[in-house]
Amino acid sequence: MAAVEVADLTVHYGPVAALRGVSFVAEEGTTTAVLGANGAGKTTLLRSMTGLVRPDRGSVRFGGDELTRLRVEDVVRRGVAHVPEGRGVIEELTVEENLRLGGLWRRRSERDGFDAVFELFPVLRGRRHQHAATLSGGERQALAIGRALMSRPKVLLLDEPSLGLAPIVTGQLMARLASLSRDEGITVVLVEQNARTALSIASRAVVLNLGRVVVADRAEAVAADTQLRHHYLGF
Amino acid sequence: MALPGTTGSAGTSGPAGARGRMPAWVWKLRLPRQPMIRHLVLAVAGGAVLFGITSAVGSYDDYQVAQIGFTAVAIAGLSLLTGANGQISLGQGAFIMVGAYGAGMVLVHTGLPVFVALIVGVAVSAAAGVVIGLPASRLRGPYLAGMTLALAIGLPALPLKYSSTFAGEQGLSINPLQPPGTVDPQRWLAWYVLLAVLIMLVLMGNLMRSRFGRAFKAVRDDEVAAALSGISVMRTHVLAFAVSAGAAGLAGGLRGLATGGVVPDAFSVALSISLLAGMVLGGTGSLLGAWWGAAILVYAPQWATSVANSLHLRQGQGSNLALLFYGVVLVVVVLLVPSGVQGALRKLAGWLAQFAGQPSQLAGVSTGTVVHKGEEGP
Amino acid sequence: MQRFVDLTLNGVTYGMIYAVFALAIVLIWRATRIVNFAQGAQAMVTTYIAATLVEHQANYWLAVVVALASGLVIGGVIERVIVRPVEKGPVLNPVIVTLGTLVALEALAGIIWGGGLRSFPAYFSQIGVVVGKHRLAFSHFDIYVLVAIVSVMVLLVLLFRFTPLGLRMRASAFAPEVARLLGVRVGRMLTLGWALAGVVGALAGVLVAPKLLLSPNFMDAVFIYGFTAAVIGGLDSPLGAVVGGLATGLALSYVGGYLGSTLEALGALAMLMVVLMLRPQGVFTRVTSREV
Repeated sequence: MAAVEVADLTVHYGPVAALRGVSFVAEEGTTTAVLGANGAGKTTLLRSMTGLVRPDRGSVRFGGDELTRLRVEDVVRRGVAHVPEGRGVIEELTVEENLRLGGLWRRRSERDGFDAVFELFPVLRGRRHQHAATLSGGERQALAIGRALMSRPKVLLLDEPSLGLAPIVTGQLMARLASLSRDEGITVVLVEQNARTALSIASRAVVLNLGRVVVADRAEAVAADTQLRHHYLGF
Repeated sequence: MALPGTTGSAGTSGPAGARGRMPAWVWKLRLPRQPMIRHLVLAVAGGAVLFGITSAVGSYDDYQVAQIGFTAVAIAGLSLLTGANGQISLGQGAFIMVGAYGAGMVLVHTGLPVFVALIVGVAVSAAAGVVIGLPASRLRGPYLAGMTLALAIGLPALPLKYSSTFAGEQGLSINPLQPPGTVDPQRWLAWYVLLAVLIMLVLMGNLMRSRFGRAFKAVRDDEVAAALSGISVMRTHVLAFAVSAGAAGLAGGLRGLATGGVVPDAFSVALSISLLAGMVLGGTGSLLGAWWGAAILVYAPQWATSVANSLHLRQGQGSNLALLFYGVVLVVVVLLVPSGVQGALRKLAGWLAQFAGQPSQLAGVSTGTVVHKGEEGP
Repeated sequence: MQRFVDLTLNGVTYGMIYAVFALAIVLIWRATRIVNFAQGAQAMVTTYIAATLVEHQANYWLAVVVALASGLVIGGVIERVIVRPVEKGPVLNPVIVTLGTLVALEALAGIIWGGGLRSFPAYFSQIGVVVGKHRLAFSHFDIYVLVAIVSVMVLLVLLFRFTPLGLRMRASAFAPEVARLLGVRVGRMLTLGWALAGVVGALAGVLVAPKLLLSPNFMDAVFIYGFTAAVIGGLDSPLGAVVGGLATGLALSYVGGYLGSTLEALGALAMLMVVLMLRPQGVFTRVTSREV
């Protein structure tokens, strides 16, 4: 039983089709990269997986459970964490409050949760009591991911985590994401514009173009296919 | 005034049996395409029908038609401001008061003819609309609602404070219109009111179809885009306030004529809220809808009193019942039928037209749509 | 001098009532971006309920508790049933819907309890306290009013800053979509916000009723002035609500005392216009730029 199964997902914004019959599978404990140009439908895919957008057709299953028509907060409470485009850090709250919020529904012991996050992202420890508005781009990304991890998710969806980050920071971030998947057994679905970096840590890749799946294969295969890379991924 | 009677067919797919019985030219009748002329035609047609109705009914009914008339123009002004231009105003009653006192003072202190007094009333209210519209143009949503609410509550205190000029609580006493010959005074009043109101509505309708009207809606839907395309947001908002206040001013002047006096008590917050209710019920943004709303506002208290009587409720519970009716209907209409009576009629006409295979002609008659993007913040 | 002191004390007492009412308005605004025009009418209904209990020999404190509890329920029900369907969509709709509720509640109260004035017990003495040679316009009852209101404010601060529930409510107000992604049941938090505002309004109602006498419209002025206070302070700012409330209470007290009570409403209008012209977003709100 795969951790994530998306089948024939179709989403329209009015007359415009953002996703057409998208299907793919992500096995437990793997990292899947979702790639493609701007407007290919990557963000819409993630948003319809969590329920922020209602699909017109198709289904999304997490761990075998059909979650397609559930409310967002109920999908999340099944163990899915979604770090949205733009990070969604709540600026009016402090770093600690953001983190605490992430773990609230789990009612997990906070100290354990905080320790784990601070170990993964030491930069947050020093900024614990500061308002999130004061954080830099990389720190916000750390906070957003740390917050998602507070709920001990089984599936982690990330929308363009490297956006606006310096290359060095992106590299560090990706390394940490890889360790999450490897060491904690979290299933990671990673939407990225920066295809090269994403492919370096992913085991599978799904390439979207104009709302359709062009290729779904092992990451090495996609990285090796130069024609595909040039055509859809820009490198 | 909402007459689908002049709707015609555009194609050949009318019901065959009916076509056979009517002369061919009936099916080619159509409202003129030019909006200015279309409004004139509608007004004349509506006026003719109303003339017929008022001539046929009794004195008290004529009085009520007059009431519907000036209430409708007040609601139409509000519809323009709130529906077409998106500025929520809870202060229409205050502008009605300004117009009432404006016209009233002319009538009481000078010998000028009635229509001059009415024009003065309109001018004074429009000026007040500019004065209020200037600061109001910087406000949005609840901040604007709050300011206009405060206006509605505070302004009626002015005539009380300057009671020597404005005859304080007693108010101004206005002589009724003198009808010619043996015409019943209430009937004459109704005709006078309807003429004035129809003229104002035609002017407003034409304004809505002009570039100013388009500017109102553009600013309502997306202020930044409108500004970027060269529209002055502030001037547009102020113009909308001025026109809306002018319409209210006419309503005030006519009201003074109808009731024979101008008293500060009559212009309470309740008036402003009931006008808002009438606007929503009739159909926000629709000039025709203003008539439905006005009719509801005029007849509901009577109906409520008779219901109260048949239920043997205490004295004065009739007005409470009317208010309860307003409140509940407001909530229910917004939840279930947001576009009010006019919107429902339009939909109905659309279905019927589809059923008969003809496009609906009613679509062009309103001044705007209910659905508009919300604005929030100051 | 005595007059000034009396007017000031009077202004502070009423100011705190406007302040706590303004807090209720701000609470709802922050949660749902809506001004609840029916806030005053809700408080009127709960006060009538308490008055009915007292008239049937119930204990004052029991009546107050019942008023607060019914405020909670009424507030929550109104959000869930009437306001929820129009929370998204044109801004005009929540205004109309809450105004309709206001009108309906006042009419209903008139039908059920009649339009006449009723008294409401104060429990504490309303006679001015004597200090030195002067009798101040400040009584034990006024002290109780201030204590009650300040306690409620402190409780609210504690709730929002230090409890998980408060954290969830703040998150639901600041960033509802993100809060959903963190498993927060945002809908419930919004209903709770309205319910809490209902409790606060109910408290304001029972505290001001002994001074104003009960009638179906008696909370209208409190709503207007509370709303004025909230707008002056900035609809997003609880601190602004408190400061605005005190400022409004004091200003109206001086205007009414020195210029005559007919000008009170005009005084509020003038304050509102001045603030809105100089600083449209309110005194305590941080200006944020609009995204195009």
